[in-house]
Amino acid sequence: MELDTVLMSRLLTAMTLGFHIIFATLGVGIPLMISIAEFIGIKKNDPHYKLLARRWTRGFIITVAVGVVTGTAIGLQLSLVWPNFMQVAGNVISLPLFMEVFAFFFEAIFLGIYLYTWDRFNNQYIHWFFSLPIIIGGGFSAVFITTVNAFMNTPQGFEIQNGTFSAVNPLAAMLNPATPTKVFHVLTSAYVTCAAILAAITAVMILKRKMTDYHKKALRLTMTLTFLFALLTALAGDFSAKFLADHQAEKLAAAEWHFETEQNADLILFGWLNEDNEPTGEIRLPGFLSFLAHGDFNAEVTGLEAFPEDEQPPLWVHYMFDLMVTIGFLLLGIALLYLLLAKMKKWNEHNKGMLYLIALSGPLAMLAIEFGWIYAEEGRQPWIIRGYMTVEEAATSSPYVTHMFFLFLALYIVLGTLCVITLRKLFRNNPAEEELEKHYPSFKKGDNE
Amino acid sequence: MSYELVGITVLWIFLYGYLIVASIDFGAGFFAFYARMTKKDHVINQLIARYLSPVWEVTNVFFVFFFVGIVGFFPETAYYYGTAMLVPASFAIILLAIRGSFYAFENYGTKQSTVYTFLYGASGLLIPASLSIALTVSEGGFIKEENGSVSLKYMELFTSPLSWSIVALSIVSILFISATFLAFYAARAKDLPALKLVRTFAMFWSTPTIIAALTTFIVLSQHNERHYENMLDLWWMFGLSVGFFLIAVWLLYRQKHYGLAFISVMMQFLFAFFGYGIGHYPYLLDPYISIHEGATHASMGIALVAAFIGGLLLLIPSLILLMKLFLFDAEYVKGRK
Ligand code: HDD
Ligand code: HEM
Ligand code: HEM
Repeated sequence: MELDTVLMSRLLTAMTLGFHIIFATLGVGIPLMISIAEFIGIKKNDPHYKLLARRWTRGFIITVAVGVVTGTAIGLQLSLVWPNFMQVAGNVISLPLFMEVFAFFFEAIFLGIYLYTWDRFNNQYIHWFFSLPIIIGGGFSAVFITTVNAFMNTPQGFEIQNGTFSAVNPLAAMLNPATPTKVFHVLTSAYVTCAAILAAITAVMILKRKMTDYHKKALRLTMTLTFLFALLTALAGDFSAKFLADHQAEKLAAAEWHFETEQNADLILFGWLNEDNEPTGEIRLPGFLSFLAHGDFNAEVTGLEAFPEDEQPPLWVHYMFDLMVTIGFLLLGIALLYLLLAKMKKWNEHNKGMLYLIALSGPLAMLAIEFGWIYAEEGRQPWIIRGYMTVEEAATSSPYVTHMFFLFLALYIVLGTLCVITLRKLFRNNPAEEELEKHYPSFKKGDNE
Repeated sequence: MSYELVGITVLWIFLYGYLIVASIDFGAGFFAFYARMTKKDHVINQLIARYLSPVWEVTNVFFVFFFVGIVGFFPETAYYYGTAMLVPASFAIILLAIRGSFYAFENYGTKQSTVYTFLYGASGLLIPASLSIALTVSEGGFIKEENGSVSLKYMELFTSPLSWSIVALSIVSILFISATFLAFYAARAKDLPALKLVRTFAMFWSTPTIIAALTTFIVLSQHNERHYENMLDLWWMFGLSVGFFLIAVWLLYRQKHYGLAFISVMMQFLFAFFGYGIGHYPYLLDPYISIHEGATHASMGIALVAAFIGGLLLLIPSLILLMKLFLFDAEYVKGRK
């Protein structure tokens, strides 16, 4: 019974976070895309881009709503499901959680303003200007919450006396060793995901209906951004791996099935483990793990053997890591291919195959977010606060978590379904071409606005 | 003032803010439903949507602010309330989730359906009812701690006159606050048919509000004598509260100065809410958590207060801008923008 509540607590948290992160990622990245589109639209006085910003915003509010309600759920659940964790860690990490709320507050206020003031100002830059606090608010909420997660991986900023935390230094806790790489990677991966998803939606529209200038411009913009942020994401991922090698070696070792400490370590891709726990059927890149971990093909990489058995993360995180990295390179490849095709005059970057690939890249990017988080969280097992508190110690003792799990499962199914239905209705009944004429009637005649 | 006192004061102010803005929101949902059932929705629903659309997310953040803040300043609350409130709070989350997202789906998405209006109206009354359980629990006597494990005494809770009177009070207060605000908003919009309707709502719900408040007062005296005595010592605050209530009702009755009427209602609840809160001192959960023993470390407390001041400097100008654009911009209120 005891173990069951722990398991259900973990499942409940994983489910809520896994659901929230979809909308949270959109909440961080989409405002940037909207803002860029609106800026280009005003600058070039091109109604296509302005309409792009409008339509993205309209979809965005639906996802924000789900982000807000699931965020409220996870915020409360952190106390409801992990009371012992919050009682102890609350002393050290409540500062970033508190500041996160301010970031939301800021974002929420300006989102309200942005949504309802499209045509209210003569100077269009004023309206565009209101998009900046939304980007900043969303970005900072990601930064603050990520410092909390970073703290759980490399806790610092306190001393232990009689089993409780004392001499707390909240700033040191926030600026722990995991923070820089984590924040960088979380932000860039949110941006690449949003760019890829918007590109994918555009590609689907083109495949389903017909191509217009509006769609071409949208695709060009989003694919350029995908490329840019995919590069940054891979760079940030590389930094993250180097961070792990230095500070959390067991996580990287588990992801790489790297059992023994050695120099010139191989990178293992996919495969499986046989009875003797040896990787089989894998792709080996000689020396690449050393390179990933330390930027040097001959460097020594700590293996799992260096850690006590009961402090080793589960080995299946290998697949999560591999899938994430593979998707990372796929995104980069797809975006590069598109840009190359677009550069070459004789090739057509809007051929069916290319569009299908782009349509695939959006969902793939979101999957990479999920895989990445599952890797990061499972790779911390058995700890909730690494080295100080295990997951088992932290969970609630309430026997009702199982009921709550199913209750929330039902909730997320309803929310997810309704969200998709609403978004589809919103855009199906209202194609871009018609809306262009409605909002910018003079555009057809060729004069500006 | 010590940092824990600053902390609880700030949090209490925010909870009061949530009480007001959320009441307007929740009550409006109920009125929208009622208006639809009685075929009067064309009269007020436009008005309601116009106010609510830009601000519902802000309302939600008030709540998030409160519970993140209370766990920050008083981590012990996470342990006791967290364990005990798993079920009621989960229900509240689910209702909040349904309400918030349905609101977005329907308003930004497609046309309104009666089922949705019903859910929207009903959840507006059920959320405060389930959240108010936390207030009941804080009075003590509903939590037991056995071999290091905390749980809620459901039987006692459901049979307690205190919990039901608090639930009743929360629901009628919401309707009263909301109706008075809508009267003010309608008056600003010079929407006379709507004003006429919501003014009757406000008049109607004023009497139950004061009756429920008195009942709760009496029931509390039997449940938690210490709290009751403390509140009696603060008699002048409750006196002021009743005074403002009378002013509000008088103004509503005379059909003028609706803005002032709403401010009076705000003051009525301000004094009652703070009288109640100060009387609660020093306990956050009678008798397990007191403000002084349950507080976080001084360094964290001070950091939180500093973050709070920094945050306010950012938020207040933004909130003023929001209100200028939507609440005090007569053209917007009238629907011309
Ligand atoms: C679009 C999403 C995406 C993509 C393409 C990648 N990642 Fe990632 N990765 C994430 C999304 C993500 C994430 C969701 O943002 C994670 C989860 C936790 C975190 O800090 O970031 C993450 C975690 C994460 C970690 C663990 C960090 C930690 O626990 O401290 C490492 C080592 C990498 N990533 C490395 C990479 C590498 C080498 C990639 C090669 C291209 C890569 N990631 C692509
Ligand atoms: C950045 C903020 C995050 C915080 C503070 C956080 C916190 C937690 C906590 C307290 C737990 C329970 C203890 C545990 O099992 O380790 C947990 C587990 C988990 N979280 Fe996170 N998490 C964060 C982000 C995410 C995200 C975005 C995902 C998305 C997929 C995620 C996926 C999981 C999973 C899969 C588990 C279950 C691990 C298990 O079953 O052992 N986490 N997280
Ligand atoms: C890295 C993981 C996370 C990211 C990037 C993230 C980001 C966001 C964003 C951007 C929003 C605003 C919704 C929107 O604009 O779409 C949001 C909502 C929210 N998140 Fe998360 N979040 C993460 C994990 C968490 C965790 C672990 C918690 C728990 C403490 C949490 C608590 C909340 C709350 C309370 C809200 C609602 C706030 C409101 O009412 O506006 N988030 N999150």
